[in-house]
Amino acid sequence: MLGYHQAMPVSKTIDNFNDAVADIPSGASIMIGGFGGAGGQPTRLMLALRDLGVDDLTIIGNVAGISATTHYGWREGADDPKPVDQGMFFASGQASKIICSFPVPGTTNPLSEIEKAWRAGRAEVEIVPQGTLIEQIRAAGAGIPAFYTPTGVGTSVAEGKESREFDGRTYLLEKALTGDYAFVRAQKADTHGNLQYVGTSRAFGPAMATAAKITIAEVDEIVDPGGIDAERVGTLGAYVDRIVQRKAGDPYP
Amino acid sequence: MTRDPAPRLSRTDIARRAALDLPDGGIVNLGIGIPALCSNLLPEGVELRYHAENGILGFSEMNTKFDGDPNIMDAGGNFPKLVPGMAFFDSVESFGLIRGGHIDVTVLGGLQVSDKGDLANWMIPKRGIGSIGGGMDLATNAKRVIVAMEHTTRDNKPKIVNQCSFPLTAPNCVDDIITDIAVIKVKTQGLFLMEAAQGWSPDDVQAITEPEFIVSDDFKPFQTA
Repeated sequence: MLGYHQAMPVSKTIDNFNDAVADIPSGASIMIGGFGGAGGQPTRLMLALRDLGVDDLTIIGNVAGISATTHYGWREGADDPKPVDQGMFFASGQASKIICSFPVPGTTNPLSEIEKAWRAGRAEVEIVPQGTLIEQIRAAGAGIPAFYTPTGVGTSVAEGKESREFDGRTYLLEKALTGDYAFVRAQKADTHGNLQYVGTSRAFGPAMATAAKITIAEVDEIVDPGGIDAERVGTLGAYVDRIVQRKAGDPYP
Repeated sequence: MTRDPAPRLSRTDIARRAALDLPDGGIVNLGIGIPALCSNLLPEGVELRYHAENGILGFSEMNTKFDGDPNIMDAGGNFPKLVPGMAFFDSVESFGLIRGGHIDVTVLGGLQVSDKGDLANWMIPKRGIGSIGGGMDLATNAKRVIVAMEHTTRDNKPKIVNQCSFPLTAPNCVDDIITDIAVIKVKTQGLFLMEAAQGWSPDDVQAITEPEFIVSDDFKPFQTA
């Protein structure tokens, strides 16, 4: 018994975001789906975790904390809210580490929250090539403890890692990466937890949903079984433990 | 350093030249900065299938910032238009596509390139923190890697060097370097100067290029169309 996804509860639907994250303890590792930018970001789950106030968190994301200072991936309109990103956990002092591929924008004016925390020695930043990061997460969810990749050979990423030649090319051994919780954002969930994504919002979400002990989905709409075409299921309900529906008219995209 | 013999070309000129090398119908990934400008500068009749790391293939031009649907994004954070034949997929598939060698050409920015084709483009050591993103995967695994960048730093130090002093993105990966004064090909025998901007002789280019290059037998003026 690996203690991954537990037996299916009677209902996966949780009424509000605060309740959905209420059991997350200090010291937990949190995978945050999407790519970076507003599309695919589980913004309401993130804000609920910030309000919960637990600390010593490890955040696992991709493009992690650049939207607040650069507007990356956020629409700019009169009625659109100011961008929020994973930097919120560093601004609040809740996160002590981030594992991601893209922690900082090109510019240092103004400084992003992650770079501020890193410069002040308040946070560790582990920078991973994006393809390696997503494969580490996929591997964790698929029962593969490690894999070889050509990416990173001959760079600082290779330091301390085993390498091996296959057919004359060198590859690095990279290990699977799991999380205590995954936050994923989808367009629709059915009550079994099957998820349907839209456009480029899937990104890291589907793999993260498979790799965490507890996966929580933030969706625009919860439907009965059959409300998602079986051909359009992007994440199996088998991976999803909790689903929460956003309020209609939420100003966050 | 001596004064420039002629004006250097613009970032748009660099991108326009890089766009000439993109194969009609090819699967192409454009990095942020100068490379992204290529998409609006394609020669007439050329159609590409753009790939972006966040899971989109076959989209239109890249620079439609801030007024689209956040759920239809490219990796630069722009919102491309929906076009027939495009596809969405998750990051597992997106990087399988890259690592599996299915990207025909990637155009990337550069901080330094060595004469062995080593590329450094993700971190300035003085800052101590940087973003790898999809750059290492693209540089390591695309069929062809074009670096589009200014020829020198702002204080006129060579960016084409004997040995990269900045952290590498990937060793031995660059095929072509397109700058604001020259087009240089990286071969196993070393660097070959293919083209130089108007008013720049091979010697002028060599003066601000650290490794010695060979002037190609096909050497010609910087192509604009």
